Amino acid sequence: MAEYINRIEEIDYHDLLEKSIEKKRQGYRLSQACAAYSGGKLELSYSFADDETLELVTFRLVIDKETEIISLSEVIPYAAFYENEMKELFGVNIQLIEPDYKNKLYRINTETPFVPKGE
Amino acid sequence: MKKRSIVPYGPQHPVLPEPIHLDLVIEDEKIVEAIPSIGFIHRGLESLAMKRDFNQMVYVAERVCGICSFGHGFGYCEAVEDIMKVEVPDRAKFLRTIWFELSRMHSHFLWLGLLADGFGFENLFYQCWRIREKILDVLELTTGGRVIFSVNKIGGVMKDITPEMAVAISEMLTSVKKELKQIVPIFMEDYSVRSRLEGVGVLTKEQAHTLGCAGPFARASGIGADMRTLGYGAYKELDFEIITSDKGDCYARCDVRIREIFQSIDLIRQALDKLPEGELAAAVKGNPNGESFIRIEQPRGEAVYYVKANGSPHLDRMRVRTPTFANLAGLCETLKGADYADVGLLILTIDPCISCTER
Repeated sequence: MAEYINRIEEIDYHDLLEKSIEKKRQGYRLSQACAAYSGGKLELSYSFADDETLELVTFRLVIDKETEIISLSEVIPYAAFYENEMKELFGVNIQLIEPDYKNKLYRINTETPFVPKGE
Repeated sequence: MKKRSIVPYGPQHPVLPEPIHLDLVIEDEKIVEAIPSIGFIHRGLESLAMKRDFNQMVYVAERVCGICSFGHGFGYCEAVEDIMKVEVPDRAKFLRTIWFELSRMHSHFLWLGLLADGFGFENLFYQCWRIREKILDVLELTTGGRVIFSVNKIGGVMKDITPEMAVAISEMLTSVKKELKQIVPIFMEDYSVRSRLEGVGVLTKEQAHTLGCAGPFARASGIGADMRTLGYGAYKELDFEIITSDKGDCYARCDVRIREIFQSIDLIRQALDKLPEGELAAAVKGNPNGESFIRIEQPRGEAVYYVKANGSPHLDRMRVRTPTFANLAGLCETLKGADYADVGLLILTIDPCISCTER
């Protein structure tokens, strides 16, 4: 495998917006964002890629499911698709997504289907 | 101010191969804004990771999409192998690379056919799909399957390519290359075809970067990103140059994909020449415990595979970020200012795969 950086960096959820803006200014693009449940907590992963160095840096946020997260869509417009998905499938409480599909990105009849039973 | 109307487009439309819906805000015949909505074929495949054995998930990953099937299995296996520190045998890496490039070829031919159909050239559409059949025949010969062929497993592959099969692949490549050369002038030089593609749906390099676009769609706008340069599989052993264009229009997207077919032919030939002897798969013991982000270059662009495992046979999370998901924002941008008549072509030129996108 070629040498390149692929690391996960744990950050406080308050720092997400600032660190994402910093990555954008450095020329990175948001490669993906996703959620996972682990140990009763929500794990959010925002991966930023640099296409020149092939570096992939993933910001990891571990939060309670009630915690409010600010949307990145104002600074990274296409983040809205990822955020709508996280909100709809995992119930992540993301505020001010633009556009907010209001849980209609996927036309499913189950509310937050990826939340483990009992959570 | 001109009167604005909203015209619904899709999810079922004669020119759309995939179920995506767009609300098109138009002034006269010009698109002012496009608002996408998906979700018609969400199957919740990722959630099966919590219910199925991690080995069974290879088959689920392969069924995320028909056309990108091999790549999805490949990417998922790479992620699990990365967690388990499995050293895949060199022969398996080369075999994976050969089948992946054959998949890219048949995907690009499928797209070329759909594009030809989209601009009303049915004869060209049939030619492209006829040539594609030769690639599918070789996939059937070497794996037993034509589109979803399930040869990946954690640790390597389940099928081999014999010397006789290698000869058949080589002969197919020669034949396909010859026939592709015959149809390239129609796509690239024919006046009526160029009139539908040139200068249509321009996406600048800055826009492609700002909107996080991926794959041939981004490379046609001058973004020099191709995940094969990461060196997974056997790519680090092969001579490879990223194909780009700086025009950013539909013509450039067509040009990039055609040149990528020629490149795939070259990569397969290189891999066949260098195919090492050895085992097909490494022994895998225990269950994965840890997490990994892996990126590969699917025919439609960068795909991201995230696997989080807890030491049990079931995974905490398996996530696939497909290239079409990344290209939706770019698609909406190219539609702004476009003629209503070009909407179908513009959607086609991102090579959308909504089945992948919704999983």
